[in-house]
Amino acid sequence: MQIPVVRNILEANANEASELKDFFAQKGILVLNLMSSPGAGKTTILERTLTDLRNELRMAVIEGDLQTDNDARRVAATGAQAVQINTEGGCHLTASQIRAALASLDLGGLDILFIENVGNLVCPAEFDVGEDFKVTLLSVTEGDDKPEKYPLMFHISAATLLNKIDLLPYVDFNLANASRHARTLNADISLFPVSARTGEGLDAWYDWLRARRAAKKKLA
Amino acid sequence: MHELSIAQSLLALIEDEMAKHGKEKLITVKVRHGRLSSVVPEALSMAFEVMTADSRLAGAALVMEETPVLLRCRDCSREFTPDPPTAAFAPCPGCGQELGHTVVSGRELYIEYLELE
Ligand SMILES: [Zn+2]
Repeated sequence: MQIPVVRNILEANANEASELKDFFAQKGILVLNLMSSPGAGKTTILERTLTDLRNELRMAVIEGDLQTDNDARRVAATGAQAVQINTEGGCHLTASQIRAALASLDLGGLDILFIENVGNLVCPAEFDVGEDFKVTLLSVTEGDDKPEKYPLMFHISAATLLNKIDLLPYVDFNLANASRHARTLNADISLFPVSARTGEGLDAWYDWLRARRAAKKKLA
Repeated sequence: MHELSIAQSLLALIEDEMAKHGKEKLITVKVRHGRLSSVVPEALSMAFEVMTADSRLAGAALVMEETPVLLRCRDCSREFTPDPPTAAFAPCPGCGQELGHTVVSGRELYIEYLELE
């Protein structure tokens, strides 16, 4: 007997993600899902952001990491709340892992929750975790063809940070090419060339965060 | 690597549907995956095989079919599949617009049907 089914295979995660989204909406917390390849500098960008905006915004971080808690310790050193999810080899975070991690966070008065996803540009694209926006991070040491290689990731991201621009003179990375590819995949994507090391370009990223957070608060 | 967790979700849905229909044996499960979904068919097949090996689902066939990418042009609303179809995005063949196309299909990952006994 053949039975037509038509059920999304990832429906359990999708349902849980949409419940989380409702929950965050009620609380007025802006939630960002940060994704990148390993070594693009996600943790450094986070440290910098948490430090520079700490007098202005209450922020927390959920860290997805394959094995270690190094990243969570670096983030906690900025004074922000941080909770580590050990994915034990898993290649992406799921909505239920985020739900479990929330128990360890004080959400009262929280403005922004950053979810630092596991370092790869493929798997996390399929698993929503209740975020408002996906943000990809790409470093100029990786090659400007990354958007072409991972079209879905850039298509569904609201913003892309192009990190380590202080290294542009030394690497074969064409900023205009990378930007054009990213815009082909997503005409509305916000692009921020930055250097987490020197701080260059970060003000535009901070303004983006402020604007999104204000918009979220208004809706709550 | 995430094919394991996809296989896990797939098995949960299959068990759910089998219970719903009061069936004991799975003959075939047909899965549709879009070109833009990040599923590697070989990896999913292998995960499915490994995870069903010692269960009542052992020996069931997993049939997969890829859905091509279908885009809708932001400017002229024309729907088109990129040329070559292996490309994820392409300029609109109608008006040439390169930016801002919507993905109509190509991201899906769903069970199309089950064959149960
Ligand atoms: Zn057109």
